[in-house]
Amino acid sequence: MNRLLTAPIDAHALLRKKRALRRELSARDGLVDKRVAILGGSTTAELKDMLELFLLDAGIRPVYHESGYQRFAEDVLFPETGLRDFAPELVVIHTSSLNISRWPGFDDSADEVHARVQAEFERFEVLWQRIEADYGCPVIQNNFELPQFRATGNLDAYAPTGRTRFVALLNERFATAARERAHLHLNDIHTLSARFGLDRWYDLPARHAYKYAMSVAAIPHLAHSIASIVRALLGQSRKCLVLDLDNTLWGGVIGDDGLGGIQIGQGNPVAEAYTEFQHYVLLLKQRGVILAVCSKNDEAVAREAFSHPDSVLAVSDFSAFVANWEPKDRNIALIAQRLNIGLDALVFVDDNPAERDIVRAQLPEVCVPELGSDVVRYIDIIEQSGAFESTGISADDTQRSSFYAGNRARAENQSRYAGHDEFLRSLQMRAEVQPVSPLYLDRVTQLINKTNQFNLTTRRCTLAETTAAAADPGQVLLYGRLVDTFGDNGVVSVAGGRCEGGALHIELWLMSCRVLKRGMEAAMLDELVRHARAKGLRALVGRHVSTVKNGMVARLLPDFGFEPLPADDSPGTRWRLDITNEPVPRNTLIEVNQ
Amino acid sequence: MTTTAFSTADIAARLTDIFRDVLDHASLVLTRETTAADVEDWDSLAQISLLVAIEKEFGVHFTLAETKQLANVGDMLDLVANKLG
Repeated sequence: MNRLLTAPIDAHALLRKKRALRRELSARDGLVDKRVAILGGSTTAELKDMLELFLLDAGIRPVYHESGYQRFAEDVLFPETGLRDFAPELVVIHTSSLNISRWPGFDDSADEVHARVQAEFERFEVLWQRIEADYGCPVIQNNFELPQFRATGNLDAYAPTGRTRFVALLNERFATAARERAHLHLNDIHTLSARFGLDRWYDLPARHAYKYAMSVAAIPHLAHSIASIVRALLGQSRKCLVLDLDNTLWGGVIGDDGLGGIQIGQGNPVAEAYTEFQHYVLLLKQRGVILAVCSKNDEAVAREAFSHPDSVLAVSDFSAFVANWEPKDRNIALIAQRLNIGLDALVFVDDNPAERDIVRAQLPEVCVPELGSDVVRYIDIIEQSGAFESTGISADDTQRSSFYAGNRARAENQSRYAGHDEFLRSLQMRAEVQPVSPLYLDRVTQLINKTNQFNLTTRRCTLAETTAAAADPGQVLLYGRLVDTFGDNGVVSVAGGRCEGGALHIELWLMSCRVLKRGMEAAMLDELVRHARAKGLRALVGRHVSTVKNGMVARLLPDFGFEPLPADDSPGTRWRLDITNEPVPRNTLIEVNQ
Repeated sequence: MTTTAFSTADIAARLTDIFRDVLDHASLVLTRETTAADVEDWDSLAQISLLVAIEKEFGVHFTLAETKQLANVGDMLDLVANKLG
């Protein structure tokens, strides 16, 4: 990640270095084009440039369509003016409180105010409906910041006709809509503007001279917020927080100061600040972020610190605990390997600037916020990184740490068995492999978009596409859920494809790394074959599209007996499995659909 | 930032740095007479970035009326010098 694009964001440095940064970032290999429409209720020129930088940094090269000034609605409602031909893959609706056209009048009744909220809401709702119908793509929609003026002072927040209250009502309607509409994602400028400071956010010269809805210095933050949502939509959110210990999780050095000397708990301001930070880290864990320790310490000494009576975090909260005197970049690589996740899923926080620099230099995929060494700023800087942005918290997210803890218990057990198969049998694995039903659409889409290693095609899908595929009788889309003696692993695999010319063409086949080497892929194949045969198909046709991360599935199809097919125009190698006769089941270890 | 520590030569040097950064043009040379028409990429969007960067660099603030009257680099330099003086 580029340092200038890492939290905390220095908006002025970014604005000043924009062109050089764009030149550098555009020159990198492997950028993926995305067609992004920015529909503006105010000038969008700088937003477009800033968003480009953050997207380039995430490996995405935006190809833009910009609406005319303030023509955000017209572009959607009259797409023949250009949006239809552009066929956006993502729409950003950049509106603000300045675009509210139906503010209440002072003599409005309560009913009239609600009618105005409804009318204002519908003006946007019709756009989301049209975009969903015409393009089926995600929409990122700003909610509304608080109004600049309060003609009635404090009363503005609670008088029926107050503008402050009107914005709150409208934002609540937007929030409800975003919960109900899978393709709608809110960019919370209500919070963003408050954090930036409303007095700085509202910039009358910028508005009157350039028609910007907010100060130019706010725009990099706005773009970063949108880019964080885009990264989450594409499954690029980070999954694991790797923490240093001394002067990061507590004040002082456990090895020198001892259990009685470190700063944690109540009674002095520094200790209280570290306690608050530990509470925040625990909150991240509870919402699904995996925690790991990477510390230069003797392991026994490091572990002892968590026995401090005021420690909020316990050793058991960490899915990996590495404390030794090896270089941190080496230990972080080890943590990624142990947890079976990519380096690009990690965020590393350390109060020591030298350690941060080494990790940045050696492991550029790891997100390393510029944490500083002042504990009172840690939470803010981690939040600003947007690294853990999510488009929804699923039940699997909140259970993730226990999955990984379960993995640890499994690994410890494994050494007690003579062979791997014997170990697997002892797990008494049971799987559910079924066509995707509405209940599973969110998790299946999330898995499709975040799985990089065991992924045959690395094809990404929006929720709308997954929904359509699940409902299409000409397609097969299966999810696999795995339960064993250590717990429910949740939905861990997706496989599916399109029925065409007597064959099932496999477009998706992927599996979460937390169930590697469990035989789940064999169970998925058996069910694909069963569903294909039930539809009267005679073959499975699979494709392996190689990426830098999916080397582990390069031999998946031939190892299952697929025969090579000649290449076609699309990327990847092609393989065919004849299923005219019912093949011998591959899976021998998992009880499926019992 | 103190507002009195800059000589005219200081201001000119810092303005040049800002122009080189914002326009991504490492060898750009400015004179008092340089206008937007003389420099590739000095468009209206770049003009906004230049003004924001100049305000930040010198800790000054320009009014709407002041920014409208800037015809060339010399005007910018004089405006900054006036603000600091």
